[in-house]
Order: sequence, then C-alpha cells, then structure tokens
Amino acid sequence: MSSQPFRLSAGGLIDRTQAQSFRFDGKRYEGYAGDTLASALLANGVRLVGRSFKYHRPRGILSAGAEEPNALVELRAGARREPNTRATVAELYHGLEARSQNRWPSLAFDLLSVNSLFGAGLVAGFYYKTFMWPAAFWEKLYEPLIRRAAGLGRAAPHEDPDHYEKAFAFCDVLVIGGGPAGLAAALAAGRSGARVILCDEDFRLGGALLAEKREIDGRPAAEWLAATLAELASLPDVTIMPRSTVYGVYDHGIYGVVERVNDHLPVPPVHQPRQRAWRINAKRAILAAGAIERPIVFAGNDTPGVMLAGAVRAYVNRYAVLPGREAVVFTSSDDGWATMRDLAAAGAKVAAIVDPRVEIDAGLMALASRIGAQVFAGSVVSSASGGRALDRVTIRDASGREQSIACDLLAVSNGWNPTLHLTSHQNSRPVWDEAIHAFVPGQMPAGLSVAGSAAGRFSLAQALADGARQGTEAAIDCGFAAKAELPPRKTDPEGIALSPVWRVKGGKGKAFVDFQNDVTDKDVELAAREGFKPVEHLKRYTTLGMATDQGKTSNIAGLAIMAELTAKTIPETGTTIFRPPYTPVAIGALGGHHRGRDFRPTRLAPTHQWSQDQGAVFVESGAWMRAQYYPKAGETDWLTTVNREVLAVRNGVGLCDVSTLGKIDIQGADAAEILERVYINGWKALPVGKARYGLMLREDGFVMDDGTTSRLGETHFLMTTTTANAGKVMQHLEFCHQVLWPSLDIRMVSVSEQWAQAAIAGPKARAVLQGVIDPQHDISNEAFPYLAAREITVGGGIPARLFRISFSGELAYELAVPADYGDAMMRALMAAGEPHGICAYGTEALGVMRIEKGHVAGNELSGQTTARDLGLGKMMSSKKDFIGRVMAKREALVEAERPSLIGFKAVDPSQRLRAGAHFIAIGKPATMENDEGYMTSVAYSPNLKHWMGLGLLKNGASRIGERIRAVDPVRNGDIEVEICSPVFVDPEGTRLHV
Amino acid sequence: MRIPCPHCGARDAQEFTYLGDANPKRPDGMEATEAAMFDYVYQRDNPAGRFRELWYHGAGCHAWLVVTRDTKTHAIEAAEPAKPTKAGAAA
Amino acid sequence: MRYSVFSLLAQTLAGHKGWKPAWRDAAPKPEYDVLVIGGGGHGLATAYYLASQHGISNVAVIEKGYIGSGNVGRNTTIIRSNYLLPGNTPFYEHSMKLWEGLEQDINYNAMVSQRGVLNLYHSDAQRDAYARRGNAMRLAGVDAELLDREQVRAMVPFFNYETGRFPIQGGLLQRRGGSVRHDAVAWGYARAADQRGVDIVQNCEVTGLSIENGRVTGVETSRGPIKAKKIALAVAGNSSRLAAMAGMRLPIESHVLQAFVSEGVKPLIDTVVTYGAGHFYVSQSDKGGLVFGGDIDGYNSYAQRGNLPVIEDVMESAMALWPGIGRLRVLRHWGGIMDMSMDGSPIIDHTPIDGLYLNAGWCYGGFKATPASGWCFAHLIARDEPHPVATAFRLDRFTTGRVIDEKGVGAQPNLH
Repeated sequence: MSSQPFRLSAGGLIDRTQAQSFRFDGKRYEGYAGDTLASALLANGVRLVGRSFKYHRPRGILSAGAEEPNALVELRAGARREPNTRATVAELYHGLEARSQNRWPSLAFDLLSVNSLFGAGLVAGFYYKTFMWPAAFWEKLYEPLIRRAAGLGRAAPHEDPDHYEKAFAFCDVLVIGGGPAGLAAALAAGRSGARVILCDEDFRLGGALLAEKREIDGRPAAEWLAATLAELASLPDVTIMPRSTVYGVYDHGIYGVVERVNDHLPVPPVHQPRQRAWRINAKRAILAAGAIERPIVFAGNDTPGVMLAGAVRAYVNRYAVLPGREAVVFTSSDDGWATMRDLAAAGAKVAAIVDPRVEIDAGLMALASRIGAQVFAGSVVSSASGGRALDRVTIRDASGREQSIACDLLAVSNGWNPTLHLTSHQNSRPVWDEAIHAFVPGQMPAGLSVAGSAAGRFSLAQALADGARQGTEAAIDCGFAAKAELPPRKTDPEGIALSPVWRVKGGKGKAFVDFQNDVTDKDVELAAREGFKPVEHLKRYTTLGMATDQGKTSNIAGLAIMAELTAKTIPETGTTIFRPPYTPVAIGALGGHHRGRDFRPTRLAPTHQWSQDQGAVFVESGAWMRAQYYPKAGETDWLTTVNREVLAVRNGVGLCDVSTLGKIDIQGADAAEILERVYINGWKALPVGKARYGLMLREDGFVMDDGTTSRLGETHFLMTTTTANAGKVMQHLEFCHQVLWPSLDIRMVSVSEQWAQAAIAGPKARAVLQGVIDPQHDISNEAFPYLAAREITVGGGIPARLFRISFSGELAYELAVPADYGDAMMRALMAAGEPHGICAYGTEALGVMRIEKGHVAGNELSGQTTARDLGLGKMMSSKKDFIGRVMAKREALVEAERPSLIGFKAVDPSQRLRAGAHFIAIGKPATMENDEGYMTSVAYSPNLKHWMGLGLLKNGASRIGERIRAVDPVRNGDIEVEICSPVFVDPEGTRLHV
Repeated sequence: MRIPCPHCGARDAQEFTYLGDANPKRPDGMEATEAAMFDYVYQRDNPAGRFRELWYHGAGCHAWLVVTRDTKTHAIEAAEPAKPTKAGAAA
Repeated sequence: MRYSVFSLLAQTLAGHKGWKPAWRDAAPKPEYDVLVIGGGGHGLATAYYLASQHGISNVAVIEKGYIGSGNVGRNTTIIRSNYLLPGNTPFYEHSMKLWEGLEQDINYNAMVSQRGVLNLYHSDAQRDAYARRGNAMRLAGVDAELLDREQVRAMVPFFNYETGRFPIQGGLLQRRGGSVRHDAVAWGYARAADQRGVDIVQNCEVTGLSIENGRVTGVETSRGPIKAKKIALAVAGNSSRLAAMAGMRLPIESHVLQAFVSEGVKPLIDTVVTYGAGHFYVSQSDKGGLVFGGDIDGYNSYAQRGNLPVIEDVMESAMALWPGIGRLRVLRHWGGIMDMSMDGSPIIDHTPIDGLYLNAGWCYGGFKATPASGWCFAHLIARDEPHPVATAFRLDRFTTGRVIDEKGVGAQPNLH
C-alpha cells in the first residue's frame, strides 16, 4: 500500500488483484485495473500534472471526466504518442507511459513560467496591438516565438502504426449515455423488442452512480445497476457499446460514434483496430449524457489541489483515492455538502465548508457539525495559494473579513450544466432555465430527445423516471407496442438547491475562467471594455472556450461575467453554440482504412495480369492502373522504351490495352435520336456496321467529352467515352433521358467493365488479327473498311466486337471480348503477332502517336475549350438541336481570336518542348498582356526525331509558319518555336485506309 | 443525410450525386433563344427553405430523383423519380 | 488610440483600464451616402476604403448579427494569388499586395504570415496544368515555383511520397502565400473604418430594399428604415436572398463548406499545403491547431453545417497525405455558407437597379480576396466604373460567355 499513499484501504471499483505499473515523466508508479491515469496519479500523491498554455502555470487535476481542462498529457511514446490526452479518461494499463506537456526543462521547474511575471502584458488580444513594426519581423522573429510557445503536446514523429476501421449500424433507439437515465431508457425500449444501441464513453457503465453512494428502492444503487445490466445483456436486440463516444449528430438520424476498441491496451492485438468510427443510423435517439459540474472563478482557482466537488466524490467512491487529506469545500449548492460527507466518511479531515448562502438547511448544518467541519455561511473563498500544490485558502465573509485555512484540497461546486452539446450540433441554441440556473436544450434535432440530468432534471429519481418514460416513448415512436411505464423508483434524499456565484472578485492573483487557454476574469473585463461584448466576440477575442475542452467548464462562467459587466441577464447575453465533435476525435479513426494504397479503390483492367507479365510499368489514371510502357532488358530510361514502342507500331504492329475506355450500350427505337441530341454531329444517317467520331458539349457550350460510337443494329449503338469521363457521361445520358426527354424510347447501360478491349495497330495489324478471329469473318480492306464496326466471333465462337478505328493513325482495329476472355485475348494476339514482331505498347506511346496525329485528349479537353478551339467546329450540325448548341454561339465563344489548336516544333530541333509553356511574340516582353496561349501537350516523335507540341494559340489556324516564343519561366525555359499543322505524321491519312 | 429512394429505400446520400435545382425547364428545339437558355443554364432562385432538387442514384438504381428538401434544415419531404411513370407521362 | 508596443506597455502599467472600444457600437442614422449591407470582411473593407481612398465617410455598414459572423470568421485563413486566368490573377495579386501592407495601413496586427502555399501534383497531367498556371502567374508578375518531388520533400518531409495510392510528384509553390488571423481582419477593418467616421451598426437585419423608378433609395431593417444614395451588397452566402428583395435572380447557389481544427500541438508544418489527389488542405495556426478542410458538401444549403461523407473524405485524404497525424484529434468542425457562382469566380458589379451594387459569388475563395474586394468595390461605388484589376467580374459575363472558369467544369456550382 505504501506505494499508493493516497489509496483507501477498501472500497472502490478497482481490481486490487491486478496491480498495473506505469510511468509518468519517467518515474514509475503503481495503480490498479479500473483506474484512470488521473486516479492512479492521485493515489500516488501526484498533483502537478501539466503546465498551462500561456502563462505555464502549474496545473493539476480538476475533474474526473471528459471535461478536464488541465490534466493533459502525452500518452504513449514514439509513433504512438498521443498529445493532449486527458488523464481523467485515459484508462490505466500495465506499462502505460505518459509525459507532462508544455514545460521546459521540467514540469516542476518550467522556465517559461516567467510568462506569468509578464502576464500583465499578455492580456487577451495583446498581439493584435503590437508586433507590427518592422513588417518584415513578423515572419522572422515574432511569429516563430509565438508559435514555439503555442500548442501543448507534440504530435507523433512517424506514421501511425495502428489500424482503424469504419462500421455502420442501424437501430430503432440509440441511447447516449449509460448512467441511470440512459440505462432506464435502454431497458424500457429494449423490453419492447426495439433494436437498441447504448453507447457510453466510459469503460464501465453506470455514469454518476459509479461516483456516488446512492440507494434505489432502499438498496445500494450498485445492486440496481447490476440487475439492469444483466437484463440488458439478456435482451437479444440490445447492444451495449462501452468506450464509445457519440461525438456528433448529423442529418436524418445519423450519429457519429468513435469506439476506442483497444486504447486500454499497450498495443492493439494483431488484426485489431485501435479505434472504430461508426455511423449509427437511429430512428430515435435519447441523450442521457448527464451533467458537468461548474467551477467558480476566484484568485488561484487553478492551483493543483483545487478540484470539482463531484470529481472528489468520484475519486473517493469509485477509485478509492483520497485527493487530499485536509480539505475545504467551497459550494454554492447542497450538492457540495455531499462531498464533505463522503470525504469525511473516507477518513479525510474536512476543515471547513464555505457556502455563499446565508440560510443553510438544518440537516446539512447538523451533518457538518457531526463531521467537525467549520461552516462559513454567507462566505466565499477569495483565493487559493500554494503554487505547485495547494496549501492554503483564504475565506472571506460577508463583511469582507478574511481568514486563511491550511488545506491540501479544495472541493468546488457551483451547480451543474446539462451535457447538452449534441443537441446544439444542428445549430440550435440552448435556452436558459432560471429555476436551475443553467442552460437546457433548445430546439432538438429531429428524432433526438433528452433525459435526466442532460435535460436539467438532476435528481436520481427524476433521471430514472425520465429515462424510463423516454425509452418507452421512443420505442412507441418506432412502432413497438407500448409497455406499461416502469414503476417509479424510490431513492434516498438528495439536495440540489443552488445559488450560483460566478466569480469572487478581489482575491490576490489571477482568477481563471478558461483554465486551458489561460483566460482570466480580467480578460473578460478587457473584452467588454473594448466592445467585444457579443458572446462570439468574447470567445474569439479572448479565446475563451476554444481549447481542447471546448469550454465545458468555462463558457458559462465567461458569459455570466460578461452579463454582470454589461448589466444584462445571462439569457440576454446569449450563449455560443457547441460544435461537433463533443470530445476530440482522432483523425486516424475518421480516416479508417483509407490510407496508403487503400486511400481509394484501385481499378484493374481485365488484361492487367497480362500487362504485368509483359513487364509493364503502371501509372495511375483516375482510379485505374494503366500500363504506361513496357521496358525491355537494357533499356535504361523510359524515353528509349517509348520510342521503340512507337516505331514498332508505325513500322510493324503493336498491341495496347484500351479496356478502360467508357462503353455505354444504348438500345431502343430512339437510340439514334438521343445521340443526335447529345453529340454535336449527326447520327441518324450512320449505317449499321459503322463507327463515327462524336463530340459532346456541356449545356454551356464547352466541350464535355469525345469518343467513337458504333451502330451495331438499327436500334442498337455502342458509345465509347474517355476513360476519365466514363461515369460522368453515363450520368449525363441518364439525365438527358430521365429528366430532359423521358418520352424517348431507349434503354442504356454501362458495359465498361463487361468488355475487355485491345487496340491492334500498325501496318501488319490485319495479319495479326486474322490469326485470332474465326475464319468466316472477312476483314479485308474491302469487306471491313476504315470505320467498320461489327459483331464477330474469335477463338472458335467466342462473341467479340471488332472496330476499325485508329487513335494512332495507322491501320488499326479495336477488338473487344467479354471481360473474362480479356487475358486470353491478349495472349492469343501476342502469339498470333509473334511472327510479325508484335510489340506491347502503353499509354505513353499511345500519347506520342495521338500527338503525331493531332488528336485531342485530356489536356485539350480541359473544360475550357470549345469545339471550334479544337478545330472541330465544323462538326457542329446546324440542322438539329443538341446540348450546348445555343450557349456555344455566345459572343465570347465564337470570337475569331480565341486560342485554337495548332502544332508546334522547336526552331532548333534539338530543343525540348514543355507542356504548360505560354506563347509570347518574339521581341515582346513576357507579360500577361502579351500572353497568346499555351502548350497543351508535348512528346518526342521518334519518327520525326524532334519534339512536337500541340497548343492553343490566338488565331492559331491562320498562323502556320510563324515563329513565336514558348516561355516557361517556372522551368527557366524560353525557346523559339515554329507554328505548324497539328498533324505531324501522314496528314493525308493514307495509312488508315490500307 | 439519408435519401428515401423510391426504388431502393432510404440510402445514405453518399450513394447519390447532386445536380441542383429541379425547376428550370430546358428550352428545347431549334427555336430556343439565347435569353431563355441563359436563364435555364445560369439563373437560380436559390431559396432558403423548401427546394426541389435533382439527385442521381449512381450507386443504386441509376434513377434521377426529384427530392424536396429544406435548405435551412435539410429535412426531406419527398423523393420521387424525375422520369414520370407510364401513368404520369401524359405528354 | 493608436496601437503600438508603447501603448501596450503604457496600458499594462495602467492595468489595461484605458483601452477604448475598438469601434463605436453605432445606432443607424436616417440617411447615408453609402450603405454597405453585410458586416463581414468584404463589407468592412469596402467601407474602410470608401473612407480612406475616396473620402466618402458618411457610410454605414449594417450587419444582421455581430460583425465578422459570416465567412470571415469561418474560413481556413489562407491567402494566395496563385490563379490561372487573366480575369483573376491581377485581382488576387492586388489583394496580396494589400495584405502585405495591411497591418501598417490599418494599425492592427492581423498576423499576415507569408509562409508559402504549396499545391501538390501527382501525375504528369497535373504537373502540366500547374506549369501552365505557374507560368501564367509569372507572366502576371506573381511569384511561382514548380518543385519536383525532392524539393517538396525538403520542405515537408513527413508526407507519404512513394507508397500512397497517388504518389507525390512535386508541387507548385507560391512563397508569398500564407495565412492571416481571420477574425482580426474584420476587427481591424472595423476599427479603422470607425476611426474614419464609418458607422458600424450591429444587430440590424435588412428586411427589404426600397426601389423607386428603377433606383434604390434605402432599406427597411429590423431597426427601422435607412435611406441611402448608394447601397452595396456584400452578403456572400446570402446574396440570392438579398437580390430577391430587389427582384433579381443571380447565377449563384448557396452551398456549405466545412472546416476543421485539430487540438493544438507544437509546430509541425510551416506552410500551407493542398493535396492534389484528394480534397484536403492544411496549415497550422499560431495557436498550434492544424486548420484544414476539403471540398464543399455539394448540395444547396443555408444550414452552416455539413455531414459525415465530406468529413470522412477530408480525414481520409489527411491520412493518405500525412499518415503521421492519425493520433491527432479533430477538435471542432463547422460550416459556412458559400456563394457558389456558376463559373467559380466572383461578381463585383453594379446591378440593373441604379445605385445598387453587388459584391458576391466568392465561392470558397473570399477570404484571401478581402482587401482587394473592398478596394475594388469601393472604387466601383465611388466612381461608377470598375477598378482596372476587377473588370472581368461582371454580372453579364454569363450572357456574353466571358466566364472565368478556372477549373473548367462549367455551369455547375458544386463542382467549382
């Protein structure tokens, strides 16, 4: 026991058979299973736990829950280091390591505590008024100093080694909080047969009952608790989720929940997540999150050893720890007297109880006298002192006479605030309830109701009755048969009378409103003086309530002081709205498994394995991985490989996967009609068995997408889209059909994933193809000319589609087979092509050849170009309506000098071109005013043996032969280029038709 | 948000793609004027409150839906297919 | 009272008792020369520049709540002028130059911190697009550097460069970009405008516009009618609602954009970074919190709050880019209402109604524009002609087709 000098010899909800050793600031201590880090530190007599944000004041443990502003530590070490962890909710485990924060060189001796001496200058907003001269000093001197001083803990230096999961759940009734109200609600709803989920942030259910010595129906509350938990466990449709914080309320009954699955272990077990982020969809929810006790603002109220009175009871009753041996209680409510009682029962000396009320209940007076506590009625604590540990408080009576009492613990109670944060998440403001001197929930998010203390119904009897009633109502709302209300429970008497005192003026030293952000009552006064009176201005100017505790213990005091200063009431002064999350949530948990390679799904073409076997280097292309090029042994740079692939196609034959192109099957009597309306060119006259290039615009007249569409039957078309726009075009077509023209008789389906497709390109393409198609199909130039498209069979009856289309400008085909045959198709084509020297080529070679041919692709389809810009204006039919037709005629879209597509080559053929370079007339300065366009795409042509580029240039088409500068200041480039035709190879297109 | 898809039941809004105001009607045909088309493409009522809007259930039934939703509260009043059913398609 | 280290010292010795309200809490007068509706950054800056640049000080800024309660207090504090299109670049560069001298001009430290804005690229096509943009910036006299992977790594070594789904290839850096303490911008302009005679009227909601014979004559408000010769709307997020009072429809939708701040930690990242393979950008505030955000939620909303799909998307991107921040916690998230225009660019123009001027459509780029927006709007109101760097922000550009579409996604506000 001597290792835990403040541990009581009996009682508490700790497991004394499981000692757990841990380290704080390197020093070894022991606690028990069932402890939090805070209770274990207190058991060992550790009071000083951290340093404050601005003044580096010594700070201890204020609370026993999620509201803790002071006791923040760095938990764990190395890549698992978690800064700003509240010791009051960190479950103790064997081997736990924690360090204090924001101190140097040590917690006990912190050099930056000199800030306290200069504190008079460091008032709220001081930085807005200085550091302005000289201007250049801000980034170099002032700001780095401020930054170094700011922030509390240190983030981990490495990648988080733990895993996270996301999960979804659906229920009828979600109960938030496992205290008396929540348990009663869950039981009532669960008994009706409703699917119930009960979440509690604690690792042990029971809520306030765990911290109190209470009776229900004349028996210890623990018995009721055990029986209730047992019954809930027996109900098959009730799920209990401890260690699970409901952090946010979102639209339509969606609740964000983070479950700390393994934070109570040193390291999560193998294949187990550290935390799990849930989205729980609930038809109804009941908030039974209890209440948070309020401190009082007085000088030195941040001294370690000053603690909330309810927290003192929690440490004594739940953790069997004495937070101090000589206590004073400062309370404005009957509730604080219970702390006096429990402390005395646990063996502490309660020297005094200070209550600003003059009239004290006789029973309480008798209790004090039994205990031997001196009662100071009509008095306040005006200051607490002791520096790193409380040693003395000063008590001031109504006449102003002061008296000092030695103590090592001051328990403070000023009433409770309902934990209503979640009710504010949809922008509803809490409303002031004068009867209980607290804000209670305002308008509720749909489906959510509040029970017990969270609704301002503070007594245990009220909580039990309220919970049961609301659980029943919620179940009825979800369609379950109403059960008779549970019989009312009888509880032992409790006092909740309250006459709050927000601050005690005139003490010696700083009086803190917001402990963590070091906001004092003087800062609130300054804000009022300078006109920052609206509560939001108060918050933003002083940073009140903006620390990691989000003002759970400070907001009300802050606005009560502002109300006093402006001679208004608290409701007139207003309140800020609590934002989600209720308590801070790990970024990793909300990211789930979506990190590293699994950040987004990876799509693989059905030919992927084949490409891999060919040694492909892959590149991300949206969600797809596409073969970029296929290096051979001895090729040391990508350009060598790509050049070889291009030459192989132009001189022989190559094979390229094009499965990722979007493919949309369109059938129905009006199939041709919808093409007429979405493409700028005509489709009705396209014969069956033919393909055509199509261009579609957005309704605003700019180009949306392009592709080749084939007529496979009178009422059957197959559209292809670019890889990038496959989904978007499908959605667009559905829009056109379902929204714009529902009377059209068509059906459409995306078949992008149903077909594998390969391009076979080069003078020897036909010879290769003949080796795989079934012999009855004639693909001679006469029988199957350029732009033919037909359904055929390959490999002995396997259905296939063959298109004579070409992106490379060579004799070329695209062959499609059902996706499952994709791999076999590629291997069969390679085998058939082997005698012809067939070569696999990737997207790079594809890109080189399309630039050689002046075909547009993604860089030109930027969404900022018109059909005319791309040299395709003539395709626009004047005989029909189509999407984008009208807006494409706007004056700025048809201006002659709009940049249009044209080709470029360097005047000095050895020079490299760069995409993204801008065009400036020779002799003119390189300025925005002289900017005439930019280079969209470039490639090295192994056929021409120089770089070539496509670009958009003012009046481009009329300037062939001119020279201009391509300036590229971000890469220090500035070269002369010659404007030329965008078709670099085979401008007559003869190769297509052989 | 959850959108009550008339075909699939209530589904997470993540399954849907948003387009916007469902009220503007495309001025169809060769006689459509630039002014009418400008109104259709660019001008919006953008009300704070009840709003009829188009959502596409791309990860579900591929239906375009007209959803009636309050832009101040996000409460959804109705969701119906944009394409009228046979019975409703008089025109 | 002038703010300086000397006044601060003097007040420290006097117990800070002598500080005066930063601005008067004015009651509305019956009539003004110019009435600015909207006490956000743009409205306050407009009033300040009307007084300081054009000598027009019989001006009121009226605000339905408290000043700075809109997007100037809800953004992620980034400033930059890394724009592509000639309609935009000079305007945002003008704004950057005003930021660079702002604090000395208005005698208020808004903590303009030029720590750099770095846009990452992950593919050749993205690199080409950034080269195009960086070159456009350089031609317009704006600083821009195209960095390769190793140069980026030297600045921010802790990102996932090679083993992510979309490996980082490099970035476009504007060193003069950075961040500014957002609330201080509103307060600083308010104080400076107030000192030049501008009335700042809070809790004054406009309920109607008075228009006679095609000319605006005043407003109806919750604090009574106010007459004005000229009325300027600077109410981004609610532009359509105010315009409707004048019988106008706008090429604007209101959308919600969420933002996030983590718990404060010791300095981690010294620049503003945007991820190019997901919707995510991040910087660290002077208080130590990581300030970050992503894409808009994507549906019309006036609710100032968003939903989990975007929240989780932002966190996923955060973890993909920077897997070391998994154990940092999100402290708070909130939403602001954006005027999403049809081409993603703003409007600073007169309206078809005489005397009624419009400043709107800022999408989620309004904060960085605050000084130039105020500067150019004041110029337009005072002289009835657009400022030379804001000539493209016309209301009729959608009719003529002179759209300013940086992203190239067309007339769909939620994609900009």
